[in-house]
Amino acid sequence: MEKRYMAIWFRHLLTDGLARQRPELRNIPFVLAAPVKNKIIITASGILAEREGAFTGMAVADARAAFDELVVIDEVPGQAAKLLRLIGLGCIRYTPIVSLDLPDGLLLNISGCAHLWGGERGYLKEIVLKLRDAGFDVRAAIADTPGTAWAVSRFAAKHPIIPSDAEATALANLPPVALRLETEVLEKLQKLGFRTIAPLLELKRPMLRRRFGDGLLLRIDQALGREEEYSEVLVPPVPYTERLPCLEPIRTAPGIEIAIEKLLTALCLRLSAEGKGVRKAILKCHRIDGKKVQTGITTTKGSHSVSHLIKLFQLQVSKIEPALGIELFVLEANRVEDMETVQEQIWAEAKGLADTALAELLDRIAGKVGADAIKRYLPSENHWPERSFRLATSLTEEPQAEWPELPRPISLLAVPEPIEVMALVPDHPPKVFVHKGKRHTVAKADGPERIGREW
Amino acid sequence: MSEAKKKIIDRLQKDILLWEGYKPPSSGRYEPLGLGPLENAFPNGVFPKNSVHEVVCADKEQAAASGGLVSGILSLLLQPGGVCVWIGQAKRYAPALASFGILPHRVIFISLRKDGDALWVMEEALKCPGLTAVICETKALDFKQSQRLQRAVEHSRVTGFVLRNASGKLSSTACAARWQVRPLPSTDLGGLPGLGFLRWQVNLLKVRNGQTGNWILEWQEGRFVLAGEKIILAERQVG
Repeated sequence: MEKRYMAIWFRHLLTDGLARQRPELRNIPFVLAAPVKNKIIITASGILAEREGAFTGMAVADARAAFDELVVIDEVPGQAAKLLRLIGLGCIRYTPIVSLDLPDGLLLNISGCAHLWGGERGYLKEIVLKLRDAGFDVRAAIADTPGTAWAVSRFAAKHPIIPSDAEATALANLPPVALRLETEVLEKLQKLGFRTIAPLLELKRPMLRRRFGDGLLLRIDQALGREEEYSEVLVPPVPYTERLPCLEPIRTAPGIEIAIEKLLTALCLRLSAEGKGVRKAILKCHRIDGKKVQTGITTTKGSHSVSHLIKLFQLQVSKIEPALGIELFVLEANRVEDMETVQEQIWAEAKGLADTALAELLDRIAGKVGADAIKRYLPSENHWPERSFRLATSLTEEPQAEWPELPRPISLLAVPEPIEVMALVPDHPPKVFVHKGKRHTVAKADGPERIGREW
Repeated sequence: MSEAKKKIIDRLQKDILLWEGYKPPSSGRYEPLGLGPLENAFPNGVFPKNSVHEVVCADKEQAAASGGLVSGILSLLLQPGGVCVWIGQAKRYAPALASFGILPHRVIFISLRKDGDALWVMEEALKCPGLTAVICETKALDFKQSQRLQRAVEHSRVTGFVLRNASGKLSSTACAARWQVRPLPSTDLGGLPGLGFLRWQVNLLKVRNGQTGNWILEWQEGRFVLAGEKIILAERQVG
């Protein structure tokens, strides 16, 4: 499927963001400034301040000379990334693949998403209007490549939607700056009189490489779609995810169970086709009040059995607080593992630790009372009684050593209690011991048992 | 009573046992568990494996003795290589089970504080056909709960033991048998010093469709022996 990208440009990201937080700033011209080499330089300027002649990159003193009521606010470093991240997370409702385009943009991979909003025009309008309502001055463009979308969003006055294979014509009349070039290359281009991109596209590649380096060629190729461009995704999509949007908000436990069953059926069908099983899954419930509640399950052994997984989720349903109702269920299998294909048995006679039914039972118990209540021990080669065993790490782990067959108590006191002992002859077994003020006479004794030292 | 009537009553009794789920051992396949004459107390003379047994303990000594006896029975049940779940509050020392001939790594310990949780886990575990036995230590067990456990067991054929640690007034339950185990001092081994074999007084207070009784059992070299009869050891090494 062909890819479509949308670039969003926030023209006054920092100032708009601040004005949103502090409404009193909305109607006054203000700039953000930071010290650079003994001078206070404007790092971001609002639309009202720009009208008064205070532009980004000017010294505050110069701007004040022209307009002395200018409000100057100290810039907080890293604010742009923080703001973009928040807006980007909000954009996940439009597409799952959102990436940051620092310092002032977002890049959305909208392949296959636009038709849900009635085509690309409606999609673009929806996003831009939403962001403008929130107080951000944005421009956006849609194209086949991130490079072209970036260029058109920032430098084209009209026609923000570029049809497929029309990148070259869209770029032709834009300045070379639209190719995201380095400053040195840009200066060189300007010196040589390249006012638009069109003549660059006509020149021969070796000529361009010799004069401007590989960077320019790469940018041209990326803009025209000859070269792939990768960017870091804001929220990496979980490969095994199922979504279930609901027409009516769900509020009841049976409703939630039906939703879970539908999601699990779809997920398990996919997993079993690929021979994989769930180890850890998370159910995220998006409520209509905008909050998100989630609950998770883990299994001791990979499983793609709907009947088993649903039992684990049923124990968790009571923990989900639906409030006014849940409109979207998302089931993510965060950890999956390859499953051994088990030949089906007519008589399930084989009992043992490898039994699937046993693993499923332990999952259910862990879901109800917590996994740390379940313990299995393996021998450890040590003569000291308290060190002669260790916890097993998995259900099927087999012992590496023999269990010592020595007389030992089955039950232990939770906290050791002191006893007083009296022996008639030193090195002989005790004759009497006192425990909790009560005297006990020893009738018979074995031993002493010699406990060997460690190596 | 005439001969004919006796025959009818006998047949009726057999039918009732069959309807209640006690199948007579088919000829040639009678496998005693190894409890000796105690097994004769159960219907058809077979230790009922697919049912819940209740062991009542009045004090700590009896609880310890019950743990020992159940471990012994467990080792007989787990002989072909099964898995067992042990549910309880007390701290268990797993390697001790090795002295009863149980492989402790085939026992899954689940420690729980609440009785309600313990019974829930027991019921779930009893439904799991992959297990051989389930042992649960709990304080209370009423008729309804015991019925649920018994019903779970009938499908999966798992043996269940409920150790009731502090029993006040004993109410009736749906369990197949009610045991009470008391510790007894061991007898000396023909003048040899040291401890003898483990020894218990085992009371079967209630047996469904069976006979109650009172036995003294000893744990000798990996099997139960009725006290009084001594297995002859070829040579017992001392020291």
